[in-house]
Amino acid sequence: MKQLVCISKTPETTTQIKLSGDSSQLDVAGINYILNPYDEWYALVRAIELKEQIGGTVTVVNVGDASNDVVIRKALAIGADDAIRIDQTPDSALSVAKAIAATVSSDGYDIVYCGKESIDYNGSQVGSMLSELLDVPFVPQAVNMTVEGSTATIQRDIEGGTETISVNTPFLISAAKGLAEQRIPNMRGIMMSKKKPLNVVSQDISDSSTTVTKYTLPAGKGSIKMIDADNMDELVRLLQEEAKVL
Amino acid sequence: MVLVFVEHNNGTFKKAALEAVTYAKMTADTLGTDCKALVFGTAEEASELGKYGVSSVLSLSSDHLAHYDSQAYAAAVANVAKASGASVVVLNNNSTGVGITGRIAVKLDAGCASGVNSLPVKTDNGITVEKNIFSGKAISTINLTSPVSVISVTGNTIQPEVVGSPCSVESISADVPAPRTQVISQDKQQGTVAPLPEAELVVSAGRGMKGPENWGIIEALADALGATTACSRPVADTGWRPHHEHVGQTGVAIRPNLYIAAGISGAIQHLAGVNSSKCIVVINKDPEAPFFKAADYGICADLFDVVPKLTEAIKKAKA
Repeated sequence: MKQLVCISKTPETTTQIKLSGDSSQLDVAGINYILNPYDEWYALVRAIELKEQIGGTVTVVNVGDASNDVVIRKALAIGADDAIRIDQTPDSALSVAKAIAATVSSDGYDIVYCGKESIDYNGSQVGSMLSELLDVPFVPQAVNMTVEGSTATIQRDIEGGTETISVNTPFLISAAKGLAEQRIPNMRGIMMSKKKPLNVVSQDISDSSTTVTKYTLPAGKGSIKMIDADNMDELVRLLQEEAKVL
Repeated sequence: MVLVFVEHNNGTFKKAALEAVTYAKMTADTLGTDCKALVFGTAEEASELGKYGVSSVLSLSSDHLAHYDSQAYAAAVANVAKASGASVVVLNNNSTGVGITGRIAVKLDAGCASGVNSLPVKTDNGITVEKNIFSGKAISTINLTSPVSVISVTGNTIQPEVVGSPCSVESISADVPAPRTQVISQDKQQGTVAPLPEAELVVSAGRGMKGPENWGIIEALADALGATTACSRPVADTGWRPHHEHVGQTGVAIRPNLYIAAGISGAIQHLAGVNSSKCIVVINKDPEAPFFKAADYGICADLFDVVPKLTEAIKKAKA
């Protein structure tokens, strides 16, 4: 089984978001970056589990500059065999999807994985776009997958439950919580990751159809009203009459 | 023309679907154009969508659309959008939309904004919309400048609004490729409460519950309210509650009208997923819990004492 996992670099989950003076930029000073959790914990680990079970290879692909190599090496330490970094500014979901498609479309991957979203821009678009560009079926929000021969049975999250899907390779899935369990790279993995191939290729695909013109921070809550534990009738009254949510 | 893709369940429309219709109608008004709805198959209530402002409903029937398949669905929406000359395609940002939004955008060579939570504003060279990023820690304003735009709308962004009367339903045809995925089964929780991403009232609990055996009081409160239950990440990770209940940055991001959090300290990752809630009530015995800074109402007391009392107060108010 030839597998490809799309990975992105995101600010870590405890990051406080700050804006630069004119609100047109995020203030990235001091931000620590990690592998996007959905890509790492679920997509990458499930791909490695499947390789351990039935053989084959796991390649990771990332779009960005050399500062991303740290998180790419982490993916290799967890167990990917090799990596491709597409040296291009990831300026939109479409430019990322097009860059990946242009790089891997003739490589014949059986299963392509994305995380269900990146925890920074929460777009959930790259998987859907890439599946269209690669002309393969797409199963979003996968929480369980078993593979027999060239057929996968996948459970995915839907509103209020799950849906079970059958699909033949090649296909693309996006990974949600439950698809696999997070793995911590061990020392041997970290040592080996330094020797694994990290191939850098260039693409120059831009997308001018969308531009972020401004960032804002959410309006904070006003002052909190503390309610006495013995006066829940008052809380219900406030929820009905003041907040008007009941 | 604004085209809105409207899902139906055996002929009837859920609230989220009607929200998308109202969103599309308001978008059409902003752009000075009309709005049409696309439904797959025949929906008994299709003409009712006219009440929410669509000028007509396009009904597309194909054996290839019997089950959800992202390729077939996206091709169908894109082909209808092309044939009808739509300048904006609107759909829900739900488990259907997440599979097809990007595909439709690629097919239409369209600018794409997903998870949008504001109505569009007209600009010199297109439209702008807002969406939450970092699971709600910040908001981005996105300018869409391509001739065609695709917008997926987050649940609870606006409320469905009746503005007209029932409209005509027109049967149309379009090329739809054969699906390459097969839906084998669906397993939905029984019951009448809304699933988490769509829920307007949510009761959530965290490690302060001490163990899964204590969740009865949370379920009783949720029952009294007609609310959906949720939980914090540690609770889902330790298996006290199912993963699909986990709200926060690496779980479900929600924006209900009311979010009640019991025994959740309010770590930044949790707040990110819930701070778009209209009203937040925090129950925690630790006065230093960071969640109090992000709440509208707070009760600083033992949740095992407070939650049953709140349940009784709600039952009394509803009686």
